[in-house]
Amino acid sequence: MSDNRLAARQIELEVLRYNPETDQEPKFQNYSVPCINEWCVLDALNYLKDNLDPTLAYRWSCHMQVCGSCGMMINGEPKLACKAMLRDYPDTIRIEPLNHFPIERDLVTVADDFIAKLKRVKPYIIPGEKRVPTEGEYKQTPAQLKRYRQFAMCINCMLCYAACPEYGLQPKFIGPAAISLAHRYNIDSRDGGRDERQEEIATDEGVWECTFVGACSEVCPKHVDPAAALQQVKAASTVDWYLEHFMSWVKK
Amino acid sequence: MGEKMSRRPYVREVPPTTWYFRMPRYMRYMVREVTSIFIGIYTVIMLVGLMRLSEGPAQWQSFLDALKSPGSVTFQVLALLFALYNSFTWFNVAPKALPLQFGEDMAPDSVVAIGHYVVWVLLSIFILFWAGVF
Amino acid sequence: METIQTDVAIIGAGGAGLRAAIALAQEAPNLRIALISKVYPMRSHTCAAEGGAAGVIKPDDSFDQHFHDTVGGGDWLCDQDAVEYHIHEAPKELLQLEHWGCPWNREPDGSVAVRPFGGMKIKRTWFAADKSGFHILHTLFQTSLQFPKIERYDEYFATDLLVDDGRCQGLTAIEMRSGQMRRFNAKAVIIAGGGAGRMFPFNTNGAIKTGDGMALAYRAGVPLKDMEFVQYHPTGLPNTGTLLTEACRGEGGVLLNKDNYRFLQDYGMGPETPKGQPVLKTMELGPRDRVSQAIWGEIQKGRAVKTDWGDCVWLDMRHLGEKKIDERLPFVRDICISYLGMDPVKEMVPIRPVVHYMMGGIHTDTKAATSLPGLFAAGECACVSINGANRLGSNSLVEILVFGRRAGLSAAEYVGGAKPGNDAALTAQADASQARIRELFMRNQGKESIAGLRKEMTDTMEEGCGIYRTQEGLEKTSKKISELRRRYKEITLHDKTNVYNTDLLTALELGNMLDCAEAVAVSGRERKESRGAHQRLDYTARDDVKYLKHSMAYFNGLESPRIDYRDVVITKSQPGVRDYSGAKK
Repeated sequence: MSDNRLAARQIELEVLRYNPETDQEPKFQNYSVPCINEWCVLDALNYLKDNLDPTLAYRWSCHMQVCGSCGMMINGEPKLACKAMLRDYPDTIRIEPLNHFPIERDLVTVADDFIAKLKRVKPYIIPGEKRVPTEGEYKQTPAQLKRYRQFAMCINCMLCYAACPEYGLQPKFIGPAAISLAHRYNIDSRDGGRDERQEEIATDEGVWECTFVGACSEVCPKHVDPAAALQQVKAASTVDWYLEHFMSWVKK
Repeated sequence: MGEKMSRRPYVREVPPTTWYFRMPRYMRYMVREVTSIFIGIYTVIMLVGLMRLSEGPAQWQSFLDALKSPGSVTFQVLALLFALYNSFTWFNVAPKALPLQFGEDMAPDSVVAIGHYVVWVLLSIFILFWAGVF
Repeated sequence: METIQTDVAIIGAGGAGLRAAIALAQEAPNLRIALISKVYPMRSHTCAAEGGAAGVIKPDDSFDQHFHDTVGGGDWLCDQDAVEYHIHEAPKELLQLEHWGCPWNREPDGSVAVRPFGGMKIKRTWFAADKSGFHILHTLFQTSLQFPKIERYDEYFATDLLVDDGRCQGLTAIEMRSGQMRRFNAKAVIIAGGGAGRMFPFNTNGAIKTGDGMALAYRAGVPLKDMEFVQYHPTGLPNTGTLLTEACRGEGGVLLNKDNYRFLQDYGMGPETPKGQPVLKTMELGPRDRVSQAIWGEIQKGRAVKTDWGDCVWLDMRHLGEKKIDERLPFVRDICISYLGMDPVKEMVPIRPVVHYMMGGIHTDTKAATSLPGLFAAGECACVSINGANRLGSNSLVEILVFGRRAGLSAAEYVGGAKPGNDAALTAQADASQARIRELFMRNQGKESIAGLRKEMTDTMEEGCGIYRTQEGLEKTSKKISELRRRYKEITLHDKTNVYNTDLLTALELGNMLDCAEAVAVSGRERKESRGAHQRLDYTARDDVKYLKHSMAYFNGLESPRIDYRDVVITKSQPGVRDYSGAKK
């Protein structure tokens, strides 16, 4: 128990601040924060807010890597502040709001675009076989569950959007998390709504905007592997295209 | 709590031509993209070769001679290396696009990747055999 | 002030709020629904629930058994008509979620799988690995996206209810991104604002769980019921308080003291069961209050494990093996590695009891209606009450569904007969609400800090309202909270920016927590018995003659709340002995 987990450290936090009422543009502000080595970056921010500067704005809630609130750029990488452990960082840490999103204030970004895209891909069961709950559950084998479960793990933290250079250059790109979510429903054995979703995601603003940089999967804190979802959608819609154009007699 | 509207979201522009310098992983991606240009050029050379072949033996011979120039050989070696690099990196990510499930468990990525390598080697042997190398 | 017209306003977009919204959109498609939350719905703390949700589905189970487990688990403080409704609706709601796409774990034949849970005599907890709450929340949120009638107001912080003519007719809220006050005119309001665990220093709750919904209703004159019953979850990480689900024990994990002895057998939960083969409703599958109390007992006897983070006991899961842990408890493993640097596959993990859940809350009837016409409540912020003096794990994820839906339906029914409001009166109230917030915002002379007061509050709550309580401690804490509520009038904001002013929001949250905390301490002070999660060292026995009653705390301005009592509804289970020894079987 006593391997210096509680060793104290002085950490320099360089935080990008932006107050829309007083600042023309964002600028860094430095804080020297006394930390405990087993803390995460979020703990350091909370210390800062309680003791050094109550005006700092950032989002956080669960402190257990599941609510997805505290995504930010930490030393240039999109991270959950509650998952970025100080033991993995040098004594100077640079913190900025998530890339590719407008800054509302300090570390708080405007998430409207992402929220709209989530809705756009119809992320809900569009039943294949009509059934009411009183008839009992849809049978779904563990194997069928395993096919899509990974893609259901997304916490909507938006790190993948901050990592995706395509989204940075082409904001109309529906993006990794939303398309992965559509894919999650497309391959759920209970669902019959793939055609409707394909109209949104198998398009130029959808998967065909993706050039497979793979950054989304590298930064995903929940191992959803959005890049895999997008490639699978591409492969499946390519098959659709061939079936439609060359083998139209085959029913999909 | 003032009555005035004071929102002014700040948009950080992404530099449209130099964005890939921002992160090592973007650089990695761009390097891979750039190497594929060599493969593209090599494809054009092959098409030119076909054209020369259709124009008669003399033209074909001069094309073959041109391929032997030191500059051309250097280019071909580079193109081969880049083609290998592209193939390896592609096969290694192929499992993402082609998930395989055996019973309940998803097959490990290595199974799909190794499958690709095996097919690649077999096809290469077949083409070389067909071309009369063996 | 901009006014938004709606029919039903829902405060809180976690599990209960979303379920209410969907029920309204489906059953009353003509109504306008405003879903108001201080966070985006998927940030709500429902996402942190891990273990699962209880519902009778398997042939070896029965409603009767679920009823008796719940009522006995709650030390007979549950309203039995509410429990009856709850258990009958539970499987319907869980099946509905299944139809909406919730990735429940499955049996090989494709039917839904269930796991054992503490205090339950039959395996009946539906689960999605150890992220059940997360999947429930996201399934509800995603399902809600198909209903255009649900208009979301994300990141709006509700400040006051508008009450005129003896009924609730709307609310005021701050749009966080602009800092502007908005008024919602609504024929009915549903509060689904979650719990208040952040009033304690060591808790499993997210930062947002500050009792806002409870405080809104409380200040509007609705009593808070059974607030003294605060659940300690036995297994929290000792440094961060992060929850390690009860499923750790449900799947076979065991608790050990420093001598590697399974001490629960010394606390009426023995005899020892074979390691890795948990027996329902005994030893590690005892109810949370008893297990937490036993850990406290070991600490008192000096048999705890000393760690850098204080006295703990061991949670040993090593015998479950890597495969089972990765399949059933992957999140637990991640969390232990992240925050403790320890892998439960290879090491025993130190744990200690941690504040987890408020059994008490806004008093509602079985239709989720409060005593204020037009105001409904559901979820952790409400007390209906199915949890009594101690909630059984996996009942609350069902409660948010069953009573979230019920609140939606009741509100729809109520709206049909609602009369138009008096606009002048409501305007005056909204203006008063704005003036109150503006005064706080502009104040410059105060000498108290938010973080300072919050620290004093959490410290005194732990001291006086912990696992074991005394008259002296409860009195001291009541006094202290009362003092803090007065000093709260002296806090000063440092942040004078309108846009996303978290300084202002944390100040409002602190005010809400202080109101709730006083209700906890004073209700506890007045309950001179030991029952469920309310254990007193000076009144060690349950006293059914005097206290088989709900405590009702009424807001009383800056004075202490007035405490009244209300009879418990008993239909078929008379108070008996809670027996969690394995010997009886």
